[in-house]
Amino acid sequence: MKEFFSFIKKEFQHIFRDKRTILIVLVMPIVQIILFGFAVSTEVHNARVDIVGDSQDPAVRQIAERIEQNPYLHVTAVYESASAVSERFRKGKADVAVCFERNFDERLRHYGKASVRLLGDGSDPNTAQVIVNYVNGVLSEVQADLNNSGGTRQATFPHVQYMYNPAMLSSYNFVPGVMGLILMLVCSMMTAISIVREKESGTMELLLVSPMRPVGVIISKAIPYLVLSLVNLATILLLSRFVLGVPLRGNLLLLLGISVLFILASLGVGLLISVISATQKTALLISGMGLTMPTMIFSGIIFPCESMPVILQYVSDIIPAKWYVIMVKKVMIEGVGVTYIYGEFLILLAMTIFLLAISVRLFKRRL
Amino acid sequence: MIEAIKVENVSKHYGACVALDHISLGVQPGEIYGLIGPDGAGKTTLFRILVTLLLPDNGKALVEGLDVARDYMAIRRNIGYMPGRFSLYQDLTVAENLDFFATMFGTSVAENYQNIKEIYAQIEPFRDRRAGQLSGGMKQKLALCCALVHRPSVLFLDEPTTGVDAVSRKDFWNMLYRIRKAGVTILVSTPYMDEASLCDRISLIQKGRIIKTGTPEEIVAQYPHRLFGVSGNPAYPLLKFLRRSPNVLRCFSFGSEHHVAVSPGQTGREDLLKQIQDAGFRNVTVREINPNIEDCFMELAKEEGQKS
Repeated sequence: MKEFFSFIKKEFQHIFRDKRTILIVLVMPIVQIILFGFAVSTEVHNARVDIVGDSQDPAVRQIAERIEQNPYLHVTAVYESASAVSERFRKGKADVAVCFERNFDERLRHYGKASVRLLGDGSDPNTAQVIVNYVNGVLSEVQADLNNSGGTRQATFPHVQYMYNPAMLSSYNFVPGVMGLILMLVCSMMTAISIVREKESGTMELLLVSPMRPVGVIISKAIPYLVLSLVNLATILLLSRFVLGVPLRGNLLLLLGISVLFILASLGVGLLISVISATQKTALLISGMGLTMPTMIFSGIIFPCESMPVILQYVSDIIPAKWYVIMVKKVMIEGVGVTYIYGEFLILLAMTIFLLAISVRLFKRRL
Repeated sequence: MIEAIKVENVSKHYGACVALDHISLGVQPGEIYGLIGPDGAGKTTLFRILVTLLLPDNGKALVEGLDVARDYMAIRRNIGYMPGRFSLYQDLTVAENLDFFATMFGTSVAENYQNIKEIYAQIEPFRDRRAGQLSGGMKQKLALCCALVHRPSVLFLDEPTTGVDAVSRKDFWNMLYRIRKAGVTILVSTPYMDEASLCDRISLIQKGRIIKTGTPEEIVAQYPHRLFGVSGNPAYPLLKFLRRSPNVLRCFSFGSEHHVAVSPGQTGREDLLKQIQDAGFRNVTVREINPNIEDCFMELAKEEGQKS
C-alpha cells in the first residue's frame, strides 16, 4: 500500500511542478466553459430589423411595435421600397428586412390573407436563420392575437416552442458537450502523456524492474487524474450553474455516477494511447487528432449527429463522449431519472470495461 | 557454488539485426565483472535481458539461479539496475527520488541508510535540489544510491561512467570497490577500455559476440605481438607510412602516439626507428610498450573480423 501512496504523491508532484500541465489540467476547463458559454454562442442579440412598407398602415405599425418589443430584435429603419434592402445589407446596417405588401391592413381585413416577405442576409446563413426564426416567432404571435380577437379567419402557421430551453440558449447545448470534451482531454491525454513520458525518460525501465506490478503502476497513474477530473467536474458544474445559468434539474448523484463512468472510459482510452505510442509527441498527436477532433465533431457538441450521413452516424456511435453527452443532457437539462438513460449507460459501461481490459492486457511488463 | 549470473547461448534479434549472437558468460558472486565493447556491441541488450526487461530469443539466462523468463518477479526484488541514460525524475528533488525508489522496492531510506551512507553523504547537501539541476557526476551518484537503496545482491550498471568527468569516474570506481566489499555482485558495462583493468574479470564484446573473457591481466598477457609506441612529425603521414610497411602487422593511433605491432623476433626497435627516419620523418621516437586492453581489443576484433 505504501508504494501506491508514494507513487500517487509523486504523480501529483509531477503535475503541480509543471506549469503547462497545471494550465491544461486546471485552467483550461474554466477558460473553455467561459469561452463556450459567452463568446461562442449561436444566440443573436440586438438584431437589426428593417420594415419595408407603408408606415401609415395600422397592421404594419402594430407588427413593427411587436418586433421592437422583442428583446432580441429592434427596428432600425422604416422605408417604402424593397430595392433599398440590398444596399442596407451591403452596408451592414440591417440584418433582416420585413417586407409588407401594399395595403397590407386592408387585405388582411377583407381577404383574410396578406403576405409578408422576410429577407435575411444569407452571407451569414447561421445568423440569418436564427434572426428569421425570431421574426417568424413575432409574426406568429401577431397572427395568434388576430385569431383570438375573433376577426376574419386566418390560416395558422405552425408554431414552434422549444421545451426545456424555451429561449434556445446555446449554453444548454455546450455545457454537456464541453464537460465531455474536458474530461476526455484531461483523463486521456494527460494520462497517456504521463505514462509515455516515463517511457521516454527511461524511468519506465526502473519502474518495470521494481517489484511493483504493472497493474499497480497503471492504477497509481490513473488515480491522480481521476481526482483532478472530479475537481474539474465540480468547477464546470458550479460555473455553468451560477455563471451561465444552466439548470441542474436531475439528480446530482446520478450525474456524478455517469461522470465517473465516463472518466474511467477516458482513462482506458489514455492507457490505450500510452501503450501504442513511444514518444510524447505521438501521444499528443494521437490524442489531439484522433481523440479531441472526433469527440468535438461526433459527440454532437457542434453539429447534431442526426444531420450527418448514415455512415458517420455509425462512426459517432463508437465515441464514448457521445453517450456521455446524451446522458448529461437528459439528466441535467431534462431532469430525468435513471430509467431514461440506462441504454446509454450500459453502452458506456461496456465500452469502459472493454477499454480498461484491453489496455491493462496490452500494458507491457517488459520493454 | 552457484553463479551470480549465468548466461548460456543467449541470442536476441531486432528484426533482421542481430543484437546478441550466442552469448555465454558466468559471473561469480562478489566480483566486479566488466562488459567491455564499443557502442552498438549489444551490451545494453544483454543488460535488459538480465534485468528481465527483454526476453532472449533463445538460450538461457539465470540471475542467482532464477530464470529471467520464468522467475522475473523474484529477480526484480533482488537486483539493482542503473540504466545507461540518467533515468530518474528530473522534476523531483534528490531526496524525493531516493524516497520514491526506496518505497517502490518496499523499504525506506532510514532503514537502509547505512547501505548508501558513504555515497549519499556526498550528495546530501543538495538533497532539496531538483535532480535535473545536478551535475553529471552527482546525477550518477544519485542513480547509484537509488539502485542500491533496497540492498540488492546483484547490481547491474549499464555504462555508468559515460559522460562523467575523470575525477568523478575515479570516485565512482572507488565506490564500486566498497560495494563489492559488502558482498554485492556487480556487472558493469563500459565503452572505456581504460576502465577494463579496474574490473576483476572482463568480457570483450563486439557486434553481439564475446570475443574474449578473462582477467584483465590474462587478456593482456595473451597479446601475441611486440608493441612499440611511435611518435614523429608529421603524425598522420607517419600513420599511413607505418600501415604500408610490410613488417608492421597493425598500427593504430593512440592520442599523440601510434601503437605499432610487429612480430616478436623479426623486427626490433632499431630496425623500426631506422626505417622511419630513412623515410624522412622528423623528431622520431620509438619505445617498447606493454599492451593495454584496448590494444588487445583491437587485435581480437581484427582477428574476429578476418574469421568471419
